[in-house]
Amino acid sequence: MSEPALHVKPSLVPDLNRVPPVDEVGVIERTTRFCKRSIKKDSKIEALKLALSMIDLTTLEGQDTPGKVRQLCQKAIHLHDTLDDLPHVAAVCVYPTMVGVAKNALTGHDINVASVATAFPSGMAPRAVKLEDTRMAVGDGADEIDMVISRGAFLQGEYGLVFEEIAAIKEACGDAHLKVILETGELGTLDRVRRASVLAMHAGADFIKTSTGKIQPAATMPVTLVMLQAIRDYYYETDRRVGMKPAGGISKAKQAIQYLVMLHETLGNDWMTPDLFRFGASSLANDVLMQLQKQKTGAYQSADYFSKD
Amino acid sequence: MSPKAASKRVPVAKTYKIYIGGKFPRTESGRYYTVTDKSGDVMANICQGSRKDFREAVVAARAAVPGWSSTSAYLRGQILYRIGEMLEGRRAQFIAELTSQGVASAAAEAEVSATIDRLIYYAGWADKYQQVFSSVNPVSSSHFNFSVLEATGVVAILAPEQSGLLGLISNIAPAIVGGNTCVVLGSESLPLCAISFAEVLESSDVPAGVVNILTGFKEELREHFASHMDVNAIVYCDDEQNSGAEIQQASAINIKRVISRVDRRWDDAENDNPYLISDTQETKTTWHPIGR
Repeated sequence: MSEPALHVKPSLVPDLNRVPPVDEVGVIERTTRFCKRSIKKDSKIEALKLALSMIDLTTLEGQDTPGKVRQLCQKAIHLHDTLDDLPHVAAVCVYPTMVGVAKNALTGHDINVASVATAFPSGMAPRAVKLEDTRMAVGDGADEIDMVISRGAFLQGEYGLVFEEIAAIKEACGDAHLKVILETGELGTLDRVRRASVLAMHAGADFIKTSTGKIQPAATMPVTLVMLQAIRDYYYETDRRVGMKPAGGISKAKQAIQYLVMLHETLGNDWMTPDLFRFGASSLANDVLMQLQKQKTGAYQSADYFSKD
Repeated sequence: MSPKAASKRVPVAKTYKIYIGGKFPRTESGRYYTVTDKSGDVMANICQGSRKDFREAVVAARAAVPGWSSTSAYLRGQILYRIGEMLEGRRAQFIAELTSQGVASAAAEAEVSATIDRLIYYAGWADKYQQVFSSVNPVSSSHFNFSVLEATGVVAILAPEQSGLLGLISNIAPAIVGGNTCVVLGSESLPLCAISFAEVLESSDVPAGVVNILTGFKEELREHFASHMDVNAIVYCDDEQNSGAEIQQASAINIKRVISRVDRRWDDAENDNPYLISDTQETKTTWHPIGR
């Protein structure tokens, strides 16, 4: 199979040497501040509901079966029926082979199907395979594609290659939204996170996403802040709003609220929507539900009374 | 200033902190209350634990349930025995704490001895209560039918107000020997031994989270002990201002086991009793088909 033609001009590849360096100490200092805001009572309930509406309910296990995926979709539709006025989650995130199953299970509901693609999680496959992977997921009905970048190429400094690849996948996505996973746990420094963010956004990413969830550390607040700052500066430069998705390691409602505080104080109200911010998580939803139930009844909750998925 | 006065040593007072998940944090609320000795001098500042400390303690206790309840009975017995050993080595400290809180010295010595003996007593039951309480049940079908005990899970304990050490251990020991984990609120007026006992636990091979000890006001925390959905049983030992009824009512929300141990004399031998173990156990009955 021949390499598909690319519609990328080399001049579009951003000059990463012009990307401002990241002050790591300052970033960590700033993120600890976000954890000290007091969000209580009504504002807490609103924040929890917002967080819930931003969740990409995720199952990405080798042991996934159609049954498991249908169950997850049921969970997405019926989060906790004894609680009133609950928003639904933004999307269900699955492997490409499960897209059809998820699409069927979610028929008639306003919940997107997101599919990982491009040889997730390593991304170690020829480009033709990655493109085909993407087209098949979109063909099966995926509304959103979560791709991984080629970290090896990025770390070698082959920025043009990574840029081209993202652009090619974006084209293969058609109308589906493209989230670009940087896998920050493998990038090593915040400077590289910032550079990869800039690269991905210029190549056409609709969202940039921290991690696959398969590598530790996954999403952390410093990494997310650096990416949010990159999104802000890209917006000032191009007037285009790119979304953000921290994924992996956010399992507590309290953490979710801290991320929302960070989002609000970095990008402002415009980004406080599932259209521009997502949490990639599997167990976060239940913790948020338990907190909402606690706010309603006053009693601390037990995982025994919430469906697993 | 005379050389003697200049060299007078400033005693190093202990900070009494709470015990959650094998660690000694301060209360997240930052609140303290002061306990004084007979002459009104400050003995210690004690953490006034909050409901959030309690919530954290339950999380730690819940996480410890699978490991502790599947620990072999034999090992649980050894670990309880080990607590007794460690306590024995710190007799003097506990006697001094009890006397500083107003217990006569002979009585204090007797209380520490009784506490150690009670730990040894329950350590002995670890691999025996199952035989006593289990049964093979006659049924009129071709089934082999038997009942065994299983730990109920997380036990919340409101320790007795008037017995700072013996009463505390008399409630912790039977709960943990049966494979439960617990969150304990120590006596409000006699809290010193509860925290010192946590230090004993920390050096006794008891896994983190199996016993969590808070200090604070019963009045404030009682309701949360009783209503927490992730607590499987609650033990209370005092019934001031009809609090027993309140506890029972709030416990109904997830049908916790409610165990009342009000008005007991903790130095009485009635507390050496395997029924204190079975109080926090669930009976599992199995119907096993057999051929004729």
